[in-house]
Amino acid sequence: MSMWTKQATERARRLNAAAPLTDGKVVAGDNVTALLERIICSEDRVCLEGDNQKQADFLASCLTEVDPGLIHDLHIVQSGLVLSEHLDLFRLGIARKLDFSYSGPQSAAIARALDQGKIELGAIHTYIELFARYYIDLTPNVALIAAVSADRDGNLYTGPNTEDTPTIVEATAYKSGIVVAQVNRIVDRVPRVDIPADQIDFIVEAPRPFYVEPLFTRDPGAVTDTQVFMAMMALKGIYAKYRPKRLNHGIGFSTAAIELLLPTYGEELGLRGNVATHWALNPHPTLIPAIESGWVQQIHCFGSEVGMDAYMSARPDVYFTGKDGTLRSNRLLCQNAGLYACDMFIGSTLQIDLAGNSSTVTPDRIAGFGGAPNMGADAHGRRHTSDAWLKAGYEAAGAEGPLVRGRKLVVQMVETFGDGMKPAFVEELDSIALARKLNMPLAPVMIFGDDVTHIVTEEGIANLLLCRSTDDIEQAIRGVAGYTPVGMARDHAKVAELRARGVIQRPEDLGIDPLKANRNLLAARSIRDLVTWSDGLYAPPSKFRNW
Amino acid sequence: MEKFTISTRAQRPLSGTTRQAILGVVASGNLELLFERIGGDTVEINILTASTGYRTVWEAVIRDFVERTSPGGVRITIHDNGARPDTVMLRLMQGAKMLEMPS
Repeated sequence: MSMWTKQATERARRLNAAAPLTDGKVVAGDNVTALLERIICSEDRVCLEGDNQKQADFLASCLTEVDPGLIHDLHIVQSGLVLSEHLDLFRLGIARKLDFSYSGPQSAAIARALDQGKIELGAIHTYIELFARYYIDLTPNVALIAAVSADRDGNLYTGPNTEDTPTIVEATAYKSGIVVAQVNRIVDRVPRVDIPADQIDFIVEAPRPFYVEPLFTRDPGAVTDTQVFMAMMALKGIYAKYRPKRLNHGIGFSTAAIELLLPTYGEELGLRGNVATHWALNPHPTLIPAIESGWVQQIHCFGSEVGMDAYMSARPDVYFTGKDGTLRSNRLLCQNAGLYACDMFIGSTLQIDLAGNSSTVTPDRIAGFGGAPNMGADAHGRRHTSDAWLKAGYEAAGAEGPLVRGRKLVVQMVETFGDGMKPAFVEELDSIALARKLNMPLAPVMIFGDDVTHIVTEEGIANLLLCRSTDDIEQAIRGVAGYTPVGMARDHAKVAELRARGVIQRPEDLGIDPLKANRNLLAARSIRDLVTWSDGLYAPPSKFRNW
Repeated sequence: MEKFTISTRAQRPLSGTTRQAILGVVASGNLELLFERIGGDTVEINILTASTGYRTVWEAVIRDFVERTSPGGVRITIHDNGARPDTVMLRLMQGAKMLEMPS
């Protein structure tokens, strides 16, 4: 006789054990550690919500306080491993196995813990990939999540930073798992129901609101002339050529420069309404001038950004907002939108090799992936066409026809030298050395070369769609690698040939006047200018206020 | 600190009539350049650089600059303050453009 309800029975057992510690669904802060000891068992898969910008930080610190004799060998499955508490779980022996996507500030600590054998690493995933596995073979037994507010029934308002929450809760709640939410406040009535009470087992009011870091704010005051120059090349050589209407931008200064040039140089090129109208994008403050100048029709967001709430609430034609008027973000859906519905991804990276593979791993840091790999990948499941997509596909195939499919434009923008004169172009990615050291069967690669269509540097644009051999690709990359060792080792005759074929375009080939490559071309030259553009609705965090 | 001069020949004299141009500033990540028209087809570049041991990189930057703009008859004096090669190239291109403008 098979038992078909083991999971539901186990869930009921744990909820019963926890009942004496709660008042309905409400748990007092002091009881949370004891509660976790009753609802979590050793070897459980646990998602301790760690999003890009919102982390269940109180629940994380409570989980580090459970008795490791009682609870150990947990398998942590979450997108962001960004708090020191997330690492403490492994140090203390509470957790052993890890599957994640992004580590940001903990990237050095993760590398150390892996090296010391404190973490058994499953895989570093792209976002959609990890979320997908929540529904196949990494379904959490327990999810510890964060929300802005809850009512006493457990209805949650996750607010502008909704991010991963619905995805995590859905996987856990519908597979007999247990969901605990920390909230900033318990209220009589939530502004809107982002997660219905049915899916929530326990709520606890955290002693402090969860912290949100302004990850996507780039100060226009720090954009350099070189970045303006590269942004001009991208606009003229790629936006004006392919006319991608639907796109995603990375978070670097080069793409911030493009955003700030749309109302000036982009206007001069006659691109308004013809490119960059629909976006999968975090709420970048540097896009405000383009929005206010009528460039942007709509934006769907992965998460929110500090200081942008009032602005977005006042622009519901552009942003996705709830009936309460605040932003609704959703990381799974926005990543999916970026993968399938965008014609272009453009962003920066730390290292590019001679095949165009790129990585943000350095010898002692494992930062994980963030959003770039899903955005910066050609979706083979795509079937709808657009002019930009077809044009890129036809260039790659060297032919047109009913069976020639399009290509996503995947553009990497890098300055040839990064911080501390570190060359961005390398013969071999550091991630390969790291994979060797840690016995990883697959090196962490942010975007594989076969997905990259263009590389933009201050030296020009390399169009990899027009490359017909690995030698073409290597020399096209060397040809825009400037005065790095990789660039200095170029074959001059071959690079001249590639330039004649239009594979490499120098700024002068694009008719770009270097004298215009000046910060004065930016639509906003400071954070304060952005506030002015926003009619005072953008409220920058204090560290960006210098007036 | 290192100081050296690189002299080369351009394919043709730089067009335009502006005699002199100064651009950039000595500041972090930036550099100062003086362009002077001296006639003929030689290009003379005097470099005062904050970092030593980069002469081959300078030679490569200047070779590409001369090939890309053909700035014959120009003397350029550079105070680089440790600027990166890409910034040097951008400022060189900008200086040539300034001399090419009618005075």
